[in-house]
Amino acid sequence: MALDRWIALIILMICMAYGYAAFFTMDAGLPPFMQRNAIWPSTFPKVLSVLAITCALIILLGQGKSDDEAKEGDINYRRLMDYNLGQALLLLAMMAGYALMLRPVGFLISTVAFLTLGAMVLGERKLQFLLPVTLLATGLVWYLVQQVLGIYLRPLPYVFGTGG
Amino acid sequence: MLEGIMIGLSTAFTLTNLMMVIGGCLIGTFIGMLPGLGPMSIISIMIPVAITIGDPSAALILLAGVYYGAIFGGSTSSILINAPGVASTVATSFDGYPLARAGKAGKALTVAAISSFCGGSIGAILLMIFAPALATVALLFHSSEYFALMVVGLSAIAAFAGSGQVAKAMLMTVLGLIMATVGEGALFNLPRFTMGIMDLQSGFGFITLAMAMFALPEALYLVLDPSRSNNETGGEIKDLRITKAEAKSIAPVIGRQSIQGFLIGVLPGAGATIASFLGYAVERNIAPKEEQDQFGKGSVKGLAAPEAANNAACTGSFVPLLTLGIPGSGTTAILLGALIALNVNPGPRLMVDQPEIFWAVIISMYIGNLVLLVLNLPLIPYIAKVLAVPRNYLIPFILFFTMMGAYIGQNNATELLLLVGLGICATVLRFADYPLAPLLIGFILGSMLEDNFARSMQIYDGIQFIVERPMTMGLLGIAAILIVLPSYRARRARNRAKGIADGD
Repeated sequence: MALDRWIALIILMICMAYGYAAFFTMDAGLPPFMQRNAIWPSTFPKVLSVLAITCALIILLGQGKSDDEAKEGDINYRRLMDYNLGQALLLLAMMAGYALMLRPVGFLISTVAFLTLGAMVLGERKLQFLLPVTLLATGLVWYLVQQVLGIYLRPLPYVFGTGG
Repeated sequence: MLEGIMIGLSTAFTLTNLMMVIGGCLIGTFIGMLPGLGPMSIISIMIPVAITIGDPSAALILLAGVYYGAIFGGSTSSILINAPGVASTVATSFDGYPLARAGKAGKALTVAAISSFCGGSIGAILLMIFAPALATVALLFHSSEYFALMVVGLSAIAAFAGSGQVAKAMLMTVLGLIMATVGEGALFNLPRFTMGIMDLQSGFGFITLAMAMFALPEALYLVLDPSRSNNETGGEIKDLRITKAEAKSIAPVIGRQSIQGFLIGVLPGAGATIASFLGYAVERNIAPKEEQDQFGKGSVKGLAAPEAANNAACTGSFVPLLTLGIPGSGTTAILLGALIALNVNPGPRLMVDQPEIFWAVIISMYIGNLVLLVLNLPLIPYIAKVLAVPRNYLIPFILFFTMMGAYIGQNNATELLLLVGLGICATVLRFADYPLAPLLIGFILGSMLEDNFARSMQIYDGIQFIVERPMTMGLLGIAAILIVLPSYRARRARNRAKGIADGD
């Protein structure tokens, strides 16, 4: 089975769970006065779940051919291992790490670390250029967002207080 | 009217006011380039500055400059790194980004600047002429018509799907609508489908989703396949100028979309987003067959259409604001706040009581557009240089800016985890050739669609509003045709290819 049908199957399952919630569980807690309304909070989700299940079934069961040759310039997922999968996964892991570290470690340290390590994962080795660039960019963005625009970003680790 | 234009001109053409417009355009352009800070947030940031100026005309001129600058800046990030920070520039990235990847970033930015300029200017002229008349028409649209209009907008997704892909595009749209129902709706005050997770209480963030659907998969593709980034561009900017043939082909597109965009912008609540999507869809559908295939792969027409429409719609959204005092979009709502703070009361009396403000706003829109064009055309080669940054630096920075965009809107680190998760899902969907734009469009229109649907259901106490309001029925009919026609065409083409005779 081609990947697009697998995805349709997964979406179908999600939509069935969604539809189940919309049809059977959502209205349980509906207060009586709302039950007299023409529209309930579950009305629109019910319509959507029916539509989505229909579409997913059309893709899953339809005879529409799934073209095996990837389009020009696109990535062929069947040969995923030939690409830099490791780098991509590492960068994603770093993004998740950045999300978790942003509050406790503070904006400045986590951003410099993310940008430097990110470039190094991609193969950059000239630290003498990389570090000044990331430091400058981090400082600039922090100054712009926090000082000019007034959106709060905690600059320093938690233990050093709130800063800014 | 001529007298009014003269008043406007004399107000706008003073040294301070010209400085205001230039400053506003520059600030808007540079801040607007950061994904996540759209016109709405930048204008709200600038309001304290504008109010301290004191003179309402000067303040409005500054804000108009910021507005146009921000729109142009937003298009820049969509074109260069495929990171649309504002809903109305999503359609810009469909063709702008492929153009930039083909080494024509300079040309793409030029086309965007010129289309925006024309869209904005034509919009301003239409605003001058038709503002009072259009205001009454806009009031004819009730929530059931809005609902129908959005259904039309969503059915136009067939325009984003290749042949035989209509089901996939439909599924993605419905998925987007489903994602929009997560969280607390405005009408019910009841958290839905949050699975008990507090962070989902307010639903998915638009910017998070936009970054996850477009910028993140693109960055991941660049990582996965290094040959994508060192394409023939080599960082050099060629083809800055548009050829005569291209200018000829986009001129009618710009003309049509400026008018259509303006008319859609006049309707309160419809706004620039729907205008840009519809503009793109309409132009794709009426283009000749060979040009139709170019859409989505770097068509100049496909870039000009949403840009012209979105700017014209921004201007159009001033009609209900200035004539009725009804803000039709988030941005105009903020402007309304600024106007009230400056002791100006927009409404039917504004044109009579304070004509100098009314006309100064219109003239300043025009000047803002002009200044933007003059300032930005020389800057384009430098802006496009962003793409010449070495890949090892560019990719971490793109990832960082997508995260900043998601973070500063909500100030919530969970949003970043959502971004990563959704980004992975989007990349897998892209592997399987599912179109991602319809999902985002569905998400953007989802809450508006449901609100208007619910409101008309409540007003008419049931579904009969569809038959009782002819305009609604007409619009829904168009929507049905838009969905059925492409699949019918595709089917007929398939049958013909198989050699089965089609009964006529």
